[in-house]
Amino acid sequence: MEHITVVGASLAGLATVRALRAQEFEGRITVIGDEQHEPYDRPPLSKEYLAGTVSEEDIGLTDSDDVELGVEWVLGQAASSLDNAGKAVVLEDGSRVGTDAVVLATGARARQFPGGCPQGVHTLRTLDDARALRSELVPGARLVVIGAGFIGAEIASTAAALGCEVDVVEAADVPLQRPLGAEMGAVCGRLHARNGARLHVGTGLAELVGETRVTAVRLTDGRELPADVVVVGIGAQPNTEWLAGSGLEIDDGVRTDEQGRTTIPEVLAVGDCAHSYRDYTAGWLRLEHWTNALQQPAAAVAALLGREHSAPAHHSVPYFWSDQYGHKIQFAGHRSADCTVQVEEGDPDSGDFLALYLDAEERPVGVLAIDRARPFGQWRRKLAKSR
Amino acid sequence: MHYSFLYEQQGPLMILVGELAGLPPGESVRVQGEVAIAVFNVDGELYAIDDTCSHQDASLSDGWLEGCAVECPLHAACFDLRTGQPSGPPAKKPVRTHAVSIEDGLIYVHESTRVTVGGAVVEEVG
Ligand SMILES: Cc1cc2nc3c(=O)[nH]c(=O)nc-3n(C[C@H](O)[C@H](O)[C@H](O)COP(=O)(O)OP(=O)(O)OC[C@H]3O[C@@H](n4cnc5c(N)ncnc54)[C@H](O)[C@@H]3O)c2cc1C
Ligand code: FES
Repeated sequence: MEHITVVGASLAGLATVRALRAQEFEGRITVIGDEQHEPYDRPPLSKEYLAGTVSEEDIGLTDSDDVELGVEWVLGQAASSLDNAGKAVVLEDGSRVGTDAVVLATGARARQFPGGCPQGVHTLRTLDDARALRSELVPGARLVVIGAGFIGAEIASTAAALGCEVDVVEAADVPLQRPLGAEMGAVCGRLHARNGARLHVGTGLAELVGETRVTAVRLTDGRELPADVVVVGIGAQPNTEWLAGSGLEIDDGVRTDEQGRTTIPEVLAVGDCAHSYRDYTAGWLRLEHWTNALQQPAAAVAALLGREHSAPAHHSVPYFWSDQYGHKIQFAGHRSADCTVQVEEGDPDSGDFLALYLDAEERPVGVLAIDRARPFGQWRRKLAKSR
Repeated sequence: MHYSFLYEQQGPLMILVGELAGLPPGESVRVQGEVAIAVFNVDGELYAIDDTCSHQDASLSDGWLEGCAVECPLHAACFDLRTGQPSGPPAKKPVRTHAVSIEDGLIYVHESTRVTVGGAVVEEVG
């Protein structure tokens, strides 16, 4: 194998390149990314970068050592198709990159509100999105966030601290129901009111009001919320449309096995674009978690190069964090619909706590903590062992 | 177990951590010097590094010991306890390391005033 092409120049793409060199691949590496920017970190886009406390330089993912990786970066150009059974990547401008193997790391993008949007309506996924939003979150601005998911809640939290008037609109009766369940979703949802943001549940976005610029948001229950700025935070979808016709199995992401192998030999997928089999749940999951995008590539590269790979057991336990209103929220494992919640320590009503999710057989399968990082790390490891 | 107090000496600030018996292998403790310092016992060897992660504000004494490294409890950057160097993202900068000594069953940390990277001083602190 002489030439490996990575599509997507973000966390998973960079982790792939680093893993290729760490696992002694000495051939050519090309990385194709449609953003102009060198790889940068996304979590700060809704937190410290949006708050203005860290700079663009601070959130860059590459460091001086990465020069030695010897990578050909093709930035500002999208891959438009995968050709010849994965042996060529065709770019937007029609040029072809012949290759021996391809690692897909095209991530996900923010889901858009259907129909046209007046000015002042944002989504948040990229640095360019964050720049645009940041310039509008001035003190006193009225912000309406549509969707009380993790990113929506973080934007609300950052904006409230910046002195904006914040309303959060959630279609479900409880925020974060799917990842955390109703009981703990409600606990997280209460953080909004406690910190001066208003949460409206059980109602959705019906219409964006405003000629050239948004002035209000009309809700499905008929109410109208005045707005200077709107953020639509209704989830993300994998960037896989360009792979249509490639022969890959696409189903909410690129289907892969545990190691990231797809149905085409020498084509692998990692990070947010991969819908991978997970031992932990004995099923397929597409994760949108930072640590997954960082850690999955090493296993995929080992599979591609035929190397041995052993990761610490707790890496198999899905993990994400979220920072809201000064609180550190951490979740590991996976919640299924039949889980019950058991508070292990602390008090969810008053602040910091740790809770376990027990499956139908009362085995712990997930752990949630707010401001309890130490026992959380211990539980994440116990979950790995209990499998 | 830590009745940590500081006393000025010639040279680095010396901090009493507590009794060696109170910090068994695999355990860690946080003490307050000029800044907070985390002290770890790795199979009988003691190490001290700055407690605050160089990425954000996690307390590394709350992290997980894995061999001679500690994994940050928030975003899992691993720091080598001997050098303070992170092994990968999201941390990009090292944390300071500090000398540890044991006298009469008591642990002392000698707070260093410098950040070093591969032997070169990059920043004077304090
Ligand atoms: C605002 C925000 C906050 C977040 N906060 C957290 C958090 O607190 N905790 C947590 O665990 N996770 C968080 N995440 C999720 C985390 O950032 C993602 O899991 C991670 O970025 C995934 O990395 P990736 O490389 O797989 O995909 P991405 O980061 O999405 O990168 C994919 C790259 O590929 C490019 N691309 C797409 N299609 C093509 C194409 N056809 N050709 C070339 N390039 C292409 C994209 O433009 C992008 O640059 C957050 C995400 C966002 C957006
Ligand atoms: S705070 Fe330690 S890795 Fe982020």
